[in-house]
Amino acid sequence: MNKHAPNVVPDHGAGQGTLKSYATGFILSVVVTLAAYSLVVHHVFTGWDLVFALIALALVQLLIQLIFFLHLGNESKPRWNLIVFSFMMVVVLIVAIGTLWIMDNLDYNHGHTPSETDNSIIRDELIKP
Amino acid sequence: MLGKLGLDAFHHDIIVLGGVMTMLLASLGIIALLTYTKRWKWLYKNWLTSLDPKKIGVMYIIIGLVMLLRGVADTLLLRAQQATSVGDSTGILTSDHFQQIFSAHGTIMIFFVAMGLMFGLINLIVPLQIGARDVAFPFLNSISFWLFAAGMALVNLSLIVGEFSAAGWLAYPPLSGLQYSPGVGVDYWIWSLQIAGVGSLLSGINFFVTILKMRAPGMTLMKMPMFVWSVLCSMIMVIFAFPILTATLAMLSLDRTIGTHFFTSDFGGNPMMYINLIWAWGHPEVYILVLPAFGIFSEIVATFSRKRLFGYASMVWALGAISFLSFIVWLHHFFTMGAGADVNAFFGIMTGVIAIPTGVKIFNWLFTMFRGRIKFATPMLWFLGFVVIFTIGGLAGVLMSVPAIDFQVHNSLFLVAHFHMMIVGGVLFGYFAGITYWFPKIFGFALNERLGKYAFWSWIIGFTTAFTPLYILGLMGATRRLDHYDKSLGWQGLFAVAGVGVLIILLGIGFQILQFVVSIWQRNKNLDSTGDPWNGRTLEWSTVSPAPFYNFAVTPHVTDRDQFWADKQAKTTAAKPHYEDIGMPKNTGMGIVIAGFAFIFGFAVIWHIIWLIPLALFGIIASVIIRSTDDETEYTITAAELAKLDSAHKGQPA
Repeated sequence: MNKHAPNVVPDHGAGQGTLKSYATGFILSVVVTLAAYSLVVHHVFTGWDLVFALIALALVQLLIQLIFFLHLGNESKPRWNLIVFSFMMVVVLIVAIGTLWIMDNLDYNHGHTPSETDNSIIRDELIKP
Repeated sequence: MLGKLGLDAFHHDIIVLGGVMTMLLASLGIIALLTYTKRWKWLYKNWLTSLDPKKIGVMYIIIGLVMLLRGVADTLLLRAQQATSVGDSTGILTSDHFQQIFSAHGTIMIFFVAMGLMFGLINLIVPLQIGARDVAFPFLNSISFWLFAAGMALVNLSLIVGEFSAAGWLAYPPLSGLQYSPGVGVDYWIWSLQIAGVGSLLSGINFFVTILKMRAPGMTLMKMPMFVWSVLCSMIMVIFAFPILTATLAMLSLDRTIGTHFFTSDFGGNPMMYINLIWAWGHPEVYILVLPAFGIFSEIVATFSRKRLFGYASMVWALGAISFLSFIVWLHHFFTMGAGADVNAFFGIMTGVIAIPTGVKIFNWLFTMFRGRIKFATPMLWFLGFVVIFTIGGLAGVLMSVPAIDFQVHNSLFLVAHFHMMIVGGVLFGYFAGITYWFPKIFGFALNERLGKYAFWSWIIGFTTAFTPLYILGLMGATRRLDHYDKSLGWQGLFAVAGVGVLIILLGIGFQILQFVVSIWQRNKNLDSTGDPWNGRTLEWSTVSPAPFYNFAVTPHVTDRDQFWADKQAKTTAAKPHYEDIGMPKNTGMGIVIAGFAFIFGFAVIWHIIWLIPLALFGIIASVIIRSTDDETEYTITAAELAKLDSAHKGQPA
């Protein structure tokens, strides 16, 4: 620790990018964005194929930004950035999957009319009236 | 030109008018006093623009305590209404006004009292306990505080201009949607929380980095004081939970302003999604508040039992377990919403499981006291009161974690009694204890013990009187937000008892105000000349009281968990200090400017003053850019100056 300026964080452990790495990251993320755009505009895929293609491109975009702009995994020990990132992924997954599970479960119990609800329960729980 | 803002925004009924008058008179009084004593410049230079976390902490606590008065005043009105509005009588408030006060009470108590006191104590003590001179990002800290203040100002402005939300403290749609709340109340709620929430998020990042990167040499993670551990866990939760709040509020405000359908009942929207998301933030939030209180109690119980904290490692793991589990229990706030048995069972079990690490903490505190030489000072009394109330409230919580039982008491006063026991008995008692405990470190004199004990006994008696009847009322079927009920129900007596409890609490608050006044008046009687009034254990007691702006003249080295205690036991005579140049941040008013623009932005969005919105946004961005081009944000204190300052503080000739 730098004793002369203790209020500044002198060694924050994360790697600093160079002009080259920032330029690479920028170009890659523009390419991925344009790819997503053209997939939709030129109808390369439709339906679920399109959805999955876009999700895949979004994940690639995420990785590019994490590596080139946030310098993930590019730091000295201890790897706080990586630990925080993993915990963030855990929380995001908990909230996203939990929400899907809960809302799906609610949907199942809330048919749009009472008879629909009854029918779905009868069908899924194998209850014979 | 002024959007929805017109003269009718200033029309109020007599009770609101009373509140407005009280607030305006108090503000005018303060302004007059400052002008009369010519303190404006002093206030601006020494406090408002300061980047010293201790001063920012004191300002947080002042706002928190003033807002506590407002929140308690709301309580008085609510209970007065419930004790009188029976049968033919309609009580003192209109229904709509009752709902506004109800919403304001919850919003203010959580966001501006509990959060304010929490960030205040963190600012005061975390740098001192880890042997640092400052936080990692001093300017960001100032922005956080002023954003918090801007949010607070918006809530209070709603009393004068327009109205406040009547949709409860979490503003569930469809009630909070445009169709059922067409006024500006919900917008005030959204934007005051949005602005204060961004401040909280920035603070969370700031203290997370501070704790990880700025500890004194030798202080490994497992040598940190327990309060620092609790703050670390709490800040991690702030970082991960507050973005959910920001996103949810943003979607609600889009629904209200540009007509999207995230949370509406039609066009594919779903109000239940809002309830799901808001609690995915809301449940971690209550643990964000209570963990630092746990940390404070851990410090206090060890100090006043004159023993090492029992089970340090298990305390740390318990904090970690609570933090993690707090993210997988949110559905227990809406068991009755209609999820199936498997979903309810999962979240019910997870909720019950949280009682295990919490129980570990309770037993560790009790074992710390076991065979200790306990000194019953005021902070220790708050701790003992906390153990009793928190355990009773916690057991009620475990009871409600069973979905089948929750269906009976959902939204009843039983629930209200439970969470007040957790948040008042746990959080607020913890912060009161912390304020009493660390007051001498910040101001150089201790608070009056006798009045503190009176305050404690009034609080605990009043609190029990106010909330025990609510458990019974809840089981009898009384719901929350109840502004009128039938005489034949026979609830009036219990509501009246609860009201008496509030009056006793009010007496306690009176003692607390008196305690501050008398302690300041007779400060020479309670001066803390040693820097260690309680025979403390951790680093903050090793520096002089009041702690100087640079905290430590010489950075301490840490080899033990209770470093200061170990030093005292070893009776090492301090070597002649070796001073070095230190850099400190300069004061800046930029935090006030940025938060000022944020306030204007919030006001403009609330009232749909379209032209002002981009101007305010531009102001925020421009201020940040201007500040970031300033290279002269620090100044240096040379070793010689530091030596002189240090001798002066220690009362020795230089």
